[in-house]
Amino acid sequence: MDSSAKGKTASSEQFKGQALSWQVSRGIIEVTLHRTPCNELGSLSLDEFEQLASALDHLEATAHALIIHSEMQSGFCAGADLRELYTRSQAMEKSEAVRQVRTFLERIHAALNRIDASSLTTIAAVHGVTFGGGLELALACDLIIADKSARFAFPELRLGLIPGFGGIPRLKRDIGNAVIRDLLLTGRSFNATKAQQIGLVSQVVSEGEALRAARATAAQIGKFDRHTSATAKKFIKPIPHEELRGEIDVFCDLFARPAVQAGLKRFVESTDAQPYLP
Amino acid sequence: MPTAEKTLDEILSLAAAHFKVPREKLSPDEDFFKALGIDSLQTLDLLTKLENHFHVELPDYELQGVTDFRTLAGKIQARL
Repeated sequence: MDSSAKGKTASSEQFKGQALSWQVSRGIIEVTLHRTPCNELGSLSLDEFEQLASALDHLEATAHALIIHSEMQSGFCAGADLRELYTRSQAMEKSEAVRQVRTFLERIHAALNRIDASSLTTIAAVHGVTFGGGLELALACDLIIADKSARFAFPELRLGLIPGFGGIPRLKRDIGNAVIRDLLLTGRSFNATKAQQIGLVSQVVSEGEALRAARATAAQIGKFDRHTSATAKKFIKPIPHEELRGEIDVFCDLFARPAVQAGLKRFVESTDAQPYLP
Repeated sequence: MPTAEKTLDEILSLAAAHFKVPREKLSPDEDFFKALGIDSLQTLDLLTKLENHFHVELPDYELQGVTDFRTLAGKIQARL
């Protein structure tokens, strides 16, 4: 995948990229997603998430919390960049496309695993569309704080795929299997209130208030001993490595099927007013 | 439980206010995508607003093919 976007970081304390930026203040790293239209995750985003993952090695020494939020009005993140996925896979042999998809998934898994395993307490402050890869990014965090506009879904089955960024193993870690099956097998979305009822979201706040609530939560977290917090997190939130690796295998097997290319083509070329509805 | 007409009226008022369209320009049998000038992501926003307002859960696959306010109101009414 293209890595030409690398090298924009000024220092580990502050970064301004094309898909995301971060800054550190009072021990809180605030990561802002700002790629139009709705923070679709493609090769550019991956490069910058990898830079964030690398910077954590230094930032964890002084910070105590990390907040990820979006400044895009439509939502937190609409998921993988399907247009890029489709365009790139069309330009090469199928076996090469599958190989590159596997490499991409392994890289994004590594970045999300790094965030998941961080000694910092991590918070996703979400609003609006939090779909597919966006939900998977939020699930890598310790807490999800949602405003009332938030909407969650795993719509991948409509493309003939499963979520590929670690979503199912992480969701299984956090909530009941019945809800996972409903989300996965129907592709439906649900709102923040429902997400809180099933234990996915810890706090629901008024529209536009998620970041403020996340900052207040991060400030509270900063009152406690870091070693204790990190130890508690490690104990209660093990990373499901085996299932995550299995997910990549299943995704790549499915990706090789013709139905996926047809599904991607249908989505990318759709003029339907409701392409996000399953 | 509100009547179907009241539900429909509330939907029209809510949609008009949220998407800043004059209420009097919206009619029950109108295509709400065109009337409100909204895309698919904004449709999900509208769905969330309606769920929060009416305190219902409406799976979005039930809205597949729904384009007018009256049918939308019927879907919500069925869950009140």
